[in-house]
Amino acid sequence: MAAYRSLRLEKYFFRNNLNKRSILGTSAVLRGSYSQPKQNEAVDQRRQFSRHTGAKYGGRYTVTAIAGDGIGPELMGHVKHVFKVADVPVDFEDIYLDSAHDADTDLAHAVLAVKRNRVALKGNVETKHLKPGFVSHNLLLRVSLDLFANVIHCRSIPGVSTRHGDVDIVVIRENTEGEYKSLEHENVPGVVESLKVITRESSKRIARYAFEYARQQGRKKVTAVHKANIMKLSDGMFLDTCRQMAAEYPELKFEDMIVDNTCMQLVSRPQQFDVMVMPNLYGNIVSNIGCSLVGGPGLTAGSNIGSDFAIFEMGTRNTGKSIAGENIANPSAMLMAGVELCRYLGLARHADVIEKSIWRTISEDKVHTPDLGGTATTSDVVHSITQKVQNEMRKW
Amino acid sequence: MVIPQKAIDSVNKNKIGLKGPLATPIGKGHQSLNLALRKTFNLYANVRPCRSIEGYKTPYDDVDLVTIRENTEGEYSGIEHVIVDGVVQSIKLITEVASRRVAEFAFRYAVANGRKSVTAVHKANIMRMSDGLFLQCCREAAEKFPEVQFDEMYLDTVCLHMVQDPKKYDVLVMPNLYGDILSDLCAGLIGGLGVTPSGNIGENGAAIFESVHGTAPDIAGQDKANPTALLLSACMMLKHMGLGTYGSKIEKAAFEAIKNKETRTADLGGKATCSQFTDAVCRYVD
Repeated sequence: MAAYRSLRLEKYFFRNNLNKRSILGTSAVLRGSYSQPKQNEAVDQRRQFSRHTGAKYGGRYTVTAIAGDGIGPELMGHVKHVFKVADVPVDFEDIYLDSAHDADTDLAHAVLAVKRNRVALKGNVETKHLKPGFVSHNLLLRVSLDLFANVIHCRSIPGVSTRHGDVDIVVIRENTEGEYKSLEHENVPGVVESLKVITRESSKRIARYAFEYARQQGRKKVTAVHKANIMKLSDGMFLDTCRQMAAEYPELKFEDMIVDNTCMQLVSRPQQFDVMVMPNLYGNIVSNIGCSLVGGPGLTAGSNIGSDFAIFEMGTRNTGKSIAGENIANPSAMLMAGVELCRYLGLARHADVIEKSIWRTISEDKVHTPDLGGTATTSDVVHSITQKVQNEMRKW
Repeated sequence: MVIPQKAIDSVNKNKIGLKGPLATPIGKGHQSLNLALRKTFNLYANVRPCRSIEGYKTPYDDVDLVTIRENTEGEYSGIEHVIVDGVVQSIKLITEVASRRVAEFAFRYAVANGRKSVTAVHKANIMRMSDGLFLQCCREAAEKFPEVQFDEMYLDTVCLHMVQDPKKYDVLVMPNLYGDILSDLCAGLIGGLGVTPSGNIGENGAAIFESVHGTAPDIAGQDKANPTALLLSACMMLKHMGLGTYGSKIEKAAFEAIKNKETRTADLGGKATCSQFTDAVCRYVD
């Protein structure tokens, strides 16, 4: 069965040479269709092999663009520009959800737009946590669309000087529950309870995602990160679920690590990690550490994947308020989010061209914005990338 | 398992304690004894100074910060239950009393140790009521100590910048879980738990100082362990008791011993045994 499957793979999809990922592998895994029960395997496979996803009409996809606050709008503009130069068959539908558009109706429109188009590219919406009763719209968007997996691939890029080299970690973080349930109450004045909820179903879902991802991407090891020595029931259940899932993937090595030890190991020897799976809050911490290890928030993209929808954004979810409008933000993270978006839609060739251009700009030409220790502006970086894209496009 | 009454009486009488590591089983079994100790003696603040050790090279050589973590409540209140099969709820408890106590301690510590700024670490964009309450207490404490600079930062932003540029941070104050993770992260920056001291401060001058590494059963009794963490914790203890001159002397000697490759223990890349390292420290003290 497996041999037949791989034959179909070779016949209908080409492999990406840059980082050895098949678009089937990426899009199928990212689409989350493997999360169906095992009995419907045949249906699963057909769904997996289907390239049709997203709102496609006349050969072009429509993607929801939520610029957000801070550096979001300017970076979104740059992505659109690069997509135009690369001739990506994507049209953007602009949706306004930010600190100026923060009513419930704005959120409802955004959710509907993503449901309509199935895919979105997003900046970060600033959360005014001083306003009582206000829940983060970023969170509400993710939860409403049930984007249960947050995938962040942290890779060392040659040419970027960091303290650690050879880092290649995929952080897979449960994206809908855990500490982020926003279930809080004040029992008596001065005593507040916040509920962290872990369910077996969500743990199974994210564990399945992580192992499928590891298998399809040819990774070797999955590390579950937890704090089950203290939170025995909640993180204990998460850990048990991961262990049970590991039994179904004997070719992958499975280990578990307590979150504080994980953070320590990440800053001393990050090369030991491969794929990491964890609940929500630890994922927040570990993904930020991972992004920082490879050069900061300006380089890594994050994907929020559900069974039916997906939203692509910058890995560390910052608004970048302090550098908004100054033309010094690093556009690479948002552009990489665009690359992930193209892969998800099955546009592997376009994704490769843009990704190669970004990497060559950073590693070979070393056009670095201030966050990487350079003096280039955002426009300089985008110009360099578009030049390379144009050169590549001439070869088509 | 409970703490033996003799231990409780002893600490209540002497007020100051020095402790080695205690193991906690994962996912089952008794509650952490470390937690129980903290609750019993009301040790409300965990202080971990992290300074780069001269002579032990890590990718980070300019770290000089202190993490102060609320030690009694937060995510480690141990209140968990199975709601229905497959759904577990764990309660994070934040109270005004505990938050105020640790916030004021952080500022007093900053003033007493000549530190310039205190940063409150939180996630109030997500956990608005609980971390919001903690943040409010920190803001109110900041007003009482205008000479110390105060700012607040999201937990993920701190992690992001800590790994790139730890110089930015001075004193960090935060609730229990973030403190646990961040303090271990900072320990990793300077060389691991084998070289990091830690102190748990309670009310009325009571305190227990401890080394925070694991029990390492695989090397127990073989004269291989690195005593630096416990030694530096003891120096912290002496400073807390007002015997700062002795504390500084021993601390300096310990750093000298680590600087010298001959007298470093195996975990730091040397070949000395535990006793050889100890002898070296004694020599440097004299």
